[in-house]
Amino acid sequence: MTSRWIRTTLTALTAVTVVGLSACADDTKTAGPQPSARSASSAATVTGDVTVFAAASLTETFKAIGKDFETANPGAKVTFNFAGSSALATQINQGAPADVFASAAPANMKTVTDAGGGEGTATTFVKNQLVIAVPKGNPKAIKGLADLTKPGVKVALCAEQVPCGAAAKKALDTAAVKLTPVTLEQDVKAALSKVKLGEVDAALVYRTDAKVATADVDGVEFPESAGAINDYPIIVLKKAKNAAGAQAFVAYVLSDKGKAVLTAAGFQAP
Amino acid sequence: MPIVDDTGAARPAKVAPPRRQRIPVGLLLPAGLGLLFLTFPLIGLLVRAPWTTLPRRLTEPGVLTALWLSLQCASLATVACVLLGVPLAWLLARVEFPGRRLVRALVTVPLVLPPVVGGVALLLVFGRRGLLGEWLDTTFGITFPFTTTGVVIAEAFVAMPFLIIAVEGALRGADSRYEEAAATLGAGRWTTFTHVTLPLVAPGIAAGAVLCWARALGEFGATITFAGNYPGTTQTMPLAVYLALETDLDAAIVLSLILLTVSVAILAGLRDRWITSP
Repeated sequence: MTSRWIRTTLTALTAVTVVGLSACADDTKTAGPQPSARSASSAATVTGDVTVFAAASLTETFKAIGKDFETANPGAKVTFNFAGSSALATQINQGAPADVFASAAPANMKTVTDAGGGEGTATTFVKNQLVIAVPKGNPKAIKGLADLTKPGVKVALCAEQVPCGAAAKKALDTAAVKLTPVTLEQDVKAALSKVKLGEVDAALVYRTDAKVATADVDGVEFPESAGAINDYPIIVLKKAKNAAGAQAFVAYVLSDKGKAVLTAAGFQAP
Repeated sequence: MPIVDDTGAARPAKVAPPRRQRIPVGLLLPAGLGLLFLTFPLIGLLVRAPWTTLPRRLTEPGVLTALWLSLQCASLATVACVLLGVPLAWLLARVEFPGRRLVRALVTVPLVLPPVVGGVALLLVFGRRGLLGEWLDTTFGITFPFTTTGVVIAEAFVAMPFLIIAVEGALRGADSRYEEAAATLGAGRWTTFTHVTLPLVAPGIAAGAVLCWARALGEFGATITFAGNYPGTTQTMPLAVYLALETDLDAAIVLSLILLTVSVAILAGLRDRWITSP
């Protein structure tokens, strides 16, 4: 029992050191492939609970990645807390017990790292861009942002305080479209559900969210979204209870397997 | 702080409490702990409040709009709850009918339902594609989501059980001999209700209305789900607080304190004027 505990701790420490070093070496914000980190995590399986705070738009992909991670590390269990990135950042800064933070925008990551909550620097692992989500079949024939201002078209946006709302504002500003939405939703899933329920005729959501909801929703691409691409940074938190597990999970997200899940869902490689 | 008496019944005003009675420690200790538990979060808000920037934040344009909207909507919701809830409470307390237990259980559904689920449920009924909403939209062109009426509906849905339970309790506690006497003297059921029952349980109705108003004022989940969030039309204070929390903890605390101060002031004012008056 004791020897096993020591062995686990040692392997964990090794993993931390290796990943930590590689993270230091990796000064650029984009995630290069980190062979050393990956080999470390695949060589030594980690155990224990890993608590991951992740942006609402990562719900489906991270659940899938979490399952794969648990299969690869039979002793590990991943618990998720999905919510708006800004709410998560507030929770982390107020001492919520999290090991990993994956944010939908650098601004919310900065909230955490500025408060000294991050271990090393954050790594951008995917990018996401906006599409116009419309009810299946696009009954109002919406082809671009300009169509959203047509009379009788009800639009839901995310509130500017959350990443999808900030991105929407940027895209609308770029397109010089003046839009009065009927509601400013608290996160991207809430905006999408208003389309699903048929309460609005369109909402600006991430491409990935529209893709998950293809049964009820069509995604209309628009050129201005290219100017409002969201970077998704991920970081191991300084107060992580399971630092080894956290490092291994981050490494897994950055690995080819993790990337495959993310790109299949419509995310773009950084 | 006890805002309402539990039954709302008029207290025996003239009977002085027995002096120097020993309070059992078994009651005093949990009572004290209970009070601490309830007031500590409030103290947390007060300690953490950014007092220096308070005046500037108070005058920010969105704040007063949200506060005014909150007060209006909560008051309208309370009026709706009184108009519909008091008769329902009377029915539950005074009339034997089959399925009364079931009806009583159904009345408390909004209490146990997570408010967000309540909001979704309201959308499924009153939404643009809802059971009634679709008909209302196509026939009259009326839609509720994203309107101030929608806020009132959401708040009334969540808050009405508080009123019904309080009023039903008051009705059950009221002496029914007065009603019987009125009936013996030839008063019909309606006259008895308006001239005997209502005055008898007025303090209970007032207490229920206050509870109902307070619950409506703090309503968040059903409102943001059913009515959405837009400044001026549907963004009430709790919604403004939630969104402020996304970026600015200090602003969220200030907004919470404003809501708290205003509601406590109003409730205290009402209590002195109406609820305790014999």
